[in-house]
Amino acid sequence: MNSDKVLIKMRNLTKIYRIGQNEVRALDGIDLDIRKGEFVSIVGQSGSGKTTLMNIIGCLDTKTSGEYFLNGIDTSKLTDNQLADLRCSEIGFVFQNFNLLQRMTALENVELPMIYKGVPAKERRERAEMLLELVGLKDRMKHRPNELSGGQQQRVAIARALANNPRIILADEPTGNLDSKSGNEIMKIITELNERGNTVVVVTHDPNIAAQAKRIVRIKDGRILGNEVKAQ
Amino acid sequence: MRYVQALKIAIRSIFSNKLRSFLTMLGIIIGVTAVIALVSIGQGSTKSVTSQIQSMGSNLIMVSVMGRGSQASLTYEQAMTLKDGNYIKAVSPVISSNVTAKYGNNSVDSVMVNGVNSDYQAIRSIQVAEGRFISPMDDEGRNKVAVLGHNVATELFGFTDPVGKTIKLNGQAFTVVGVLALKGSSIAGSDDDAIFIPIKTMFYFDKNKNIRQIYIGASNPDTVEIAKNIINNHLLVVFKGDTSAFRIIDQSQILSTVNSVTTTLSLLLGGIAGISLLVGGIGIMNIMLVSVTERTREIGIRKALGAKKRDILLQFIIESLTLSGLGGILGIIAGYILAVTLGKAMNIDANPTLSTILVSFSFSVLVGLFFGVYPANKAANLNPIEALRYE
Repeated sequence: MNSDKVLIKMRNLTKIYRIGQNEVRALDGIDLDIRKGEFVSIVGQSGSGKTTLMNIIGCLDTKTSGEYFLNGIDTSKLTDNQLADLRCSEIGFVFQNFNLLQRMTALENVELPMIYKGVPAKERRERAEMLLELVGLKDRMKHRPNELSGGQQQRVAIARALANNPRIILADEPTGNLDSKSGNEIMKIITELNERGNTVVVVTHDPNIAAQAKRIVRIKDGRILGNEVKAQ
Repeated sequence: MRYVQALKIAIRSIFSNKLRSFLTMLGIIIGVTAVIALVSIGQGSTKSVTSQIQSMGSNLIMVSVMGRGSQASLTYEQAMTLKDGNYIKAVSPVISSNVTAKYGNNSVDSVMVNGVNSDYQAIRSIQVAEGRFISPMDDEGRNKVAVLGHNVATELFGFTDPVGKTIKLNGQAFTVVGVLALKGSSIAGSDDDAIFIPIKTMFYFDKNKNIRQIYIGASNPDTVEIAKNIINNHLLVVFKGDTSAFRIIDQSQILSTVNSVTTTLSLLLGGIAGISLLVGGIGIMNIMLVSVTERTREIGIRKALGAKKRDILLQFIIESLTLSGLGGILGIIAGYILAVTLGKAMNIDANPTLSTILVSFSFSVLVGLFFGVYPANKAANLNPIEALRYE
């Protein structure tokens, strides 16, 4: 096992929420390694802690205890601004409900992460056009989200996730709001991204979606139940 | 670069909700309009009052005699000794009385008749439109002649030329020798509504020789203070050191009194208008807070995509600055139009000055900044996960 290829490394990671008097252990001693180029799905029922795990991987949330190294960086030592930088350049999010900005065109939505990274306007525009072409929306660039179908919106979201060429694509139930045909198309794009070298983590409750990944991590009550590596 | 982006986002957000943005700006618009209009009108009326006072003659000194004990007034001779020909070049005691003036069937009640000598013309810089003013000869000869103020002449004579005609003042006949040019009203009373007769004629006409009011012309504006000292010393001797027996005021004193009054008034008006600006600012804060709540999800998305706290802070502060700045510009336009229109109606020069415009604009922008910081800070500090979950 080549350790410098490990992108995500978690050791005994816990996340505890306090709701009034009660403590909820959303994550309870997670050990997880994800290497560069992997296609991992994290599967569990709702309430299993999979979304919390994804939020922590994506640096949107912080752990209560344990260790989390992202690309060798100890995330517990980072400030809010440094975490924002990591989200900006290392992680691309794909959400269940797309989370596109309604007032902006597809092109502008894809440009957004590059604005926060400080990419010059011309380069930004060119790269956003290239990415939209990649997901097959060349003729929809000037459309706003409400003028696009669900599948098309999710493709815009994928293009946006790729904007700053992140090491990790994090997808949270990417097909949850889509019909099966659009869902299959989206999974096909995600699989292609992995084949092109992107590390992909998909969080889902759907065994059929999970089965498309190369490795399945099962999670229940905040613990990892099992690790299933599929034959190539 | 970030600023340009934030400005673009702000403008887009303002224009995507035009009615709400306009209503939000309305507070600022009204505030700036009120500040500009009220301050300009205040400045305009100050200017017009100042120029009226200056038109009284810049060398003018006025002496009022209250008297001391049995000596309640001065005699004509005592008053005339003030004229030293050096610092004081003209002295005219004034005795006033109200009369009924008649010409033919035309009659005007309670007209002010002023008994003055020939120096009065120079002291008050009086322009004679027709005929002449009262001459030293009229005074010495106690001639029954009269010079009419412009309005009195119009009322009595209409379009007839009054010079040479005879009018009756309380039944006594006077020959009109001159008519004054229109001067406009002034702080020291209007000469347009008065009739002037020789002061020595007045002694007998009014059966009164007590001088209580004296108009004095200093030789030049720089020596007004010296002239006042001379008059003061002279009168102190007459009234045996009683400083409250008389009062000496000059134009600069009147000017400074009037100025302090109008400045206070302008500040008061500006302050009231400023309060409406403040209320406008609270309106902006209110809407910005609503906007932050409405856009919680947007903020969450932006944060997930890598926006830092300061990016969000900047976005909302610039939005609030744009709202208040745009409101400020619209307010300047409305205030300018209002000030000029009202100025024309009131016949004063009320064009807003550049400094008024700049001050009220920067104040409106400051209000936007001040009331934008809190909502922007609230947006910047949102937790991204909760923000993303917000429906």
